[in-house]
Amino acid sequence: MTDVAASPGNSNVASATPDTMSWDSRARRVMMIYLPLSCFVLILLFPFYWMAITSFKPNAELLNYKEHNPFWITSPTIAHIKHLLFNTAYPTWLKTTMFVAVGSTFLSLFASTLAAYAIERLRFRGSPYVGLGIYLAYLVPPSILFIPLATVIVQFGLFDSPMALILVYPTFLVPFCTWLLIGYFKSIPYELEECALVDGATRLQILRRITLPLAVPGLISAGIFSFTLSWNEFIYALAFIQSGANKTVPVAILTELVTGDVYQWGALMAGSLLGSLPVALFYSLFVDYYVSSLTGAVKE
Amino acid sequence: MSVTTLPSRPRRIIEQRQPGWIVRLFDYKPFLIVMCLAPAIGLLAVFLTYPLGLGVWLAFTDTTIGQRGVFIGLENFQYLLKDPLWWNAVFYSVFYTAVATIGKFALGFWLALLLNNHFPLKSLLRAIILLPWIVPTVLSALAFWWIYDPQFSIISYLLVDVLHVRTTNIDFLGTPWPARFSLIVANIWRGIPFVAISLLAGLQTISPSLYEAAMLDGATAWQRFRFITLPMMMPILAIVMTFSIIFTFTDFQLVYAITRGGPVNSTHLLATLAFQRGIAGGELGEGAAIAVSMIPFLVFATLFSYFGLARRKWQQGEAND
Repeated sequence: MTDVAASPGNSNVASATPDTMSWDSRARRVMMIYLPLSCFVLILLFPFYWMAITSFKPNAELLNYKEHNPFWITSPTIAHIKHLLFNTAYPTWLKTTMFVAVGSTFLSLFASTLAAYAIERLRFRGSPYVGLGIYLAYLVPPSILFIPLATVIVQFGLFDSPMALILVYPTFLVPFCTWLLIGYFKSIPYELEECALVDGATRLQILRRITLPLAVPGLISAGIFSFTLSWNEFIYALAFIQSGANKTVPVAILTELVTGDVYQWGALMAGSLLGSLPVALFYSLFVDYYVSSLTGAVKE
Repeated sequence: MSVTTLPSRPRRIIEQRQPGWIVRLFDYKPFLIVMCLAPAIGLLAVFLTYPLGLGVWLAFTDTTIGQRGVFIGLENFQYLLKDPLWWNAVFYSVFYTAVATIGKFALGFWLALLLNNHFPLKSLLRAIILLPWIVPTVLSALAFWWIYDPQFSIISYLLVDVLHVRTTNIDFLGTPWPARFSLIVANIWRGIPFVAISLLAGLQTISPSLYEAAMLDGATAWQRFRFITLPMMMPILAIVMTFSIIFTFTDFQLVYAITRGGPVNSTHLLATLAFQRGIAGGELGEGAAIAVSMIPFLVFATLFSYFGLARRKWQQGEAND
């Protein structure tokens, strides 16, 4: 702080401070905050707008910017979505993705709740190291693992099966969820558990009746986060699944819908839009949990 | 903790339910700890630690799909060192990570500072801003692919037909350097929300009284940022940057979805090259070697970003944690 006081240019403190105060008016606020903010929002949202508007455009409008304003639709159509739902295996892909996402979410929630409880509440010698080890697992990126994992999956006879994905996704979900839940368990007063112990409850009863009900917000955060991450996962699904019916939405759109030299942009964008909708919907319902889990995980 | 070891439990409970041996076993702490840790540790051991070791082993063999390889020592790595494509991928991975990280953090920090002000509909705006990060990367990458289309790119349309700045369409993905930068822009777009929201959480923990004190001392806005915000943000910046660097360097989805390494292999990252050789080409050993060659870069980047940024915290002491 001494640096601030000693830094030059402070001789005109008296004049400078009221000056900035008066400058802090509406015009300045608009220039310094609202203008850049709206640029950010515009740029961050534009690809979604473009995706949405493309998926409802008839092909004639889609590829003719001279006669039609590309930013708007004059005659919206649901032909692309119809094509997607009835002429392709899109519904199957959605089902597979949902199955994989829900399955891996529950598996990792189960594993990480128990692990977090053991690390945080059943404190034992070396429990911080186990926690650290699980945290380090989060730093191992899938790009390094997918080749050896593919051989492991083949050894287990799970190649081309959604089960492979359900078992593999916890490798990046468990570390995340465990750390999130350790944070939540920490915030629950230990005295509550002591009371239950005095009353003769077993450890598992305490976990089920006291700790878990109090950690519900944490469980929801971990759950929706895991769901989103497994819905979005790409590299494992690309490497381990071969048959068209078992593919997840992101992989299927890229490998099954992108065919030939002429891309059907309408169908591609409709597929992307539909594939993003479940997570976007989920997200809109649980925004606060997302933000808290994102920031919570970083703070830990 | 002494409570557990008390020999006499309230009689009432014992009368209610005679604890069977299973219940007693599950109340035996060492057993319970093992049981609780088993699922998580088991999953991670089988699908993370074992493959990690296996990957290193594979890198020293000539395994292909359908054929067990034999140990061939450093041959894969010697081959890679002579392979211009690998060097190209190393160069682009480093370049991609460096430029994208700088872009993400500059813009993300700015966005976080903007969001730290008070204005109406703030939480709604925060929710909207996270969208690019929530939506599956491949699907937003497809949108970028469409935006970068050589013929119907909306950016070209804006520049040529609306603003009349250029006369020809931009060839975003057809030539090496524009393709490289187009991918970096897409990566920055996707990374800004994560950085901004994480840093915003950090900004909100800085006590306003520090700023008030600095204002009284006559600090300018820049000085307040330089001497209060930045030092206070260093710990969280170090963590977010470590994560960001690791996952940018090993990025796969964006490049695979938009260019698949083209044009003429100029946009291959190490991960996409590993996929092309290892899974698509069937040369598991070589693919694994490429994947393993990422590890030194990752370790170096992690140490650099973590210790480089966190050291300042130690210099100032732990007090301002």
